[in-house]
Amino acid sequence: MSNSTDVRRTDSAAPGVRRGRGRRQKGIAGTTMWFWLFVGPFVIGLLIFSYLPIIWSLVLSFFEAYNTVTPSKFVGLQNYVDMLTDRNFLSSLGTFTIFAIFIVPLTFVLSLALALLVNQVKIAKAFFRSVFFLPTACSYVVASLIWKLSIFNGVRFGLANTVLGWFGIENVAWLSTVDPPWYWIPIITVRLWLQLGFYMILFIAGLQRISPTLYEAAYVDGAKPGWQIFRYITLPQLRATSVSVLILNLIAAYQAFDEFYNLIGNVNYARPPLVYLYGISLGSIQDLGHGSAGALILAVIIMIVTLLQNRIFGFGKAGD
Amino acid sequence: MATAERTSGTLEPIGYTRSPLGRVGVGLRWIALFIAVVLFLLPFYLILRNALSTEADITAPDWTLFPKDLQWGNISELFSNTEVPIARAMYNSAVVGILGTGGQILLASMAGYGLARIPYRHADKVFYAVVATLMIPGAVTFIPSFIVVSSLGWVSTLRGLIIPTLFSGFAAFLFRQYFLNFPKELEEAARVDGAGYFGVFWRIVVPNSLPFFAAIAAITFIGNWNSFLWPLVIGQDSSSWTIQVAMSTFITAQTVNIHELFMAVAVSILPLVLIFAFLQRYLIQGVTQSGIKD
Repeated sequence: MSNSTDVRRTDSAAPGVRRGRGRRQKGIAGTTMWFWLFVGPFVIGLLIFSYLPIIWSLVLSFFEAYNTVTPSKFVGLQNYVDMLTDRNFLSSLGTFTIFAIFIVPLTFVLSLALALLVNQVKIAKAFFRSVFFLPTACSYVVASLIWKLSIFNGVRFGLANTVLGWFGIENVAWLSTVDPPWYWIPIITVRLWLQLGFYMILFIAGLQRISPTLYEAAYVDGAKPGWQIFRYITLPQLRATSVSVLILNLIAAYQAFDEFYNLIGNVNYARPPLVYLYGISLGSIQDLGHGSAGALILAVIIMIVTLLQNRIFGFGKAGD
Repeated sequence: MATAERTSGTLEPIGYTRSPLGRVGVGLRWIALFIAVVLFLLPFYLILRNALSTEADITAPDWTLFPKDLQWGNISELFSNTEVPIARAMYNSAVVGILGTGGQILLASMAGYGLARIPYRHADKVFYAVVATLMIPGAVTFIPSFIVVSSLGWVSTLRGLIIPTLFSGFAAFLFRQYFLNFPKELEEAARVDGAGYFGVFWRIVVPNSLPFFAAIAAITFIGNWNSFLWPLVIGQDSSSWTIQVAMSTFITAQTVNIHELFMAVAVSILPLVLIFAFLQRYLIQGVTQSGIKD
C-alpha cells in the first residue's frame, strides 16, 4: 500500500493534530484511491461470489458435469431441453403455483388485518405487536420441527389430532395424505406463523404514514367510519406498502425450501423447484450441468414475474 | 428514509379510529386479537412443554398441559448426545452469526459510504453493478455459489459458510441510501479540522449512525443464525453443521427423540429471544427501513 495512506491513517487517528487548509486539497487521483479503498474490497467480493458463480454456472449449463465443476463435454442446449421437458421439474413449478395461490393472498389479508387490529388498540399496543412479531425470531427449521412433531404429528399425541379427537374425529396423517392433500395445511400455516409479523410491521409503518388530516377531511365530508373509510382512504394510501408486500411475498414463495425440505422432504407430491434442484445437484449424484440450467431457468422466471408485477402495479409509485 | 424514522419510534394513534360497529365491533376486535395471541404463542408453549417433558409424557395419548416434574436433565442429555454434536453446532452458529454479521456490516457500510460520498468518475457504474445483483433471486444462487466454493476447497469449512455471504448488495444499497441523507455539515466540520475520508467515516459518521448500524446488524444476525439452505449445502461434514442443520438432521434421524429435539429448539432460539427482548426497537426499525429481508 502507498505511503500516503499510512500517513493519512495515523493523522486521522490522532484527533489533536490539526492540519492546514492547504494540505486538505487532494488531486483527483487521491479521491479515486479513497473511493477504491472504501468500495474495492466489497466489489472484489461481489465479483468473486456473485458475478463469477453466475457466469460459471451459465457455462456449466451447456456442459455435462457430473460430480465435477469443470466443464468437460459440451452438450449445447441439451440440459435446458431436458429440464424444460422434465416432468418432475415442471410439476415442481406446479407445486409452487398452488403454494403461491394460497400463501400470497392469505399473507396479504391476514398481515393487514393484524396491522389494523394492533394499530387500533389503545392499551398494551407494544405487547400485541411484540407477540405477533416474535415468531420472526424462529427459523423455518425450528417451526417445521414444532409443526411436524408436535402439532401435525400423524398420531394421537399430535396437538391437531388431539383436538380433533375431542370431537370424535379419527387421526389424520397430515403430512403424508395426498388425497385429500392435507399436507398443504401444515405447509401454509407454518409460513403464515413465521412471516405474518414481519409484513404486519411493514403495514403498521404504512398506516402511520397516512396523514390524520385525510381522515378528518373524510369525516367532514360525511364518510362513514369503517368500511367506507377503509376502502376509500386507508387502502389507497397503503398502495406502496401493499405492492412491496405482494412482490416480496411472491419472490419469497418462489424460493421456498426450508419448510418443504424439513416437513415433507424430497418427495414428488409436494416438491417446490428449489428442493428438486437441490436433489439434482447435491444429491447422491451431483449433476451440476442440469442443476445450473434449472437454476437459471428459475431465475429468469422469477425476474420476468417480478418485472411484470412491477409493470402492473407501477413500481415507480411504490418507491416513495 | 425520513418518514421511516419518524414512524418507527413510538406508535401514535391515527385519527378517526372509532369502531364502525360500536360496542359490538370493539368486542369482536378484542376477541379476534385474543385468538390471534393464543395462536401465535401456542408454538412457544409447545417448545417449553416438550423440552421439559419425558418422552413418555409427550407421546402419551392424553394431553398433559405441563409436565408435573420439569425435566431439566434434558439439557445435559442433549449436550451429551454423540450422534448430533449440538455444542459444536452452537459454536459454529455463533461464529457464523458474529463474524458473518460483523464482516457484512463492515464491508457494506464502507462501500455504501464510498458510493454515497466519495466523488469518482465511474461511481455510478460501480453502483449499477452493485444494484444489478439485487435482481438475482438469492436462493437460486446456491448451485452457482457451491460451484465456486467447492472449487476453492471450502466445502465443510467455516470459511465456506461465512465468506460467500459477506457481500450483500442489498446491505450496501441500504447503507448508501442512508449515508446520502446523513447531515453533510457534520462531515464538513470534521474535514475543516483536517480529517480525511477515513477519519470522517470512523470518527464522525459511524458514531453518529449507531442506531442504523444496530438495526441492520440485528436483522442480519437473525438472518445468519436462521439461515438453512446454504449451511446445508456447505455442511457436508458434521463438524461444520450449524445449529439449524443439526436440528434438521435430528428430524430425519432413525429414532427421533422428541424431548431432546425440543430442548435443542429451546437452546437454539435463546440468543434470538434475547435480541428480541433488548433490541426490538432496532429490529422493527431495521424491518421498516429495509422491508426486504427474508
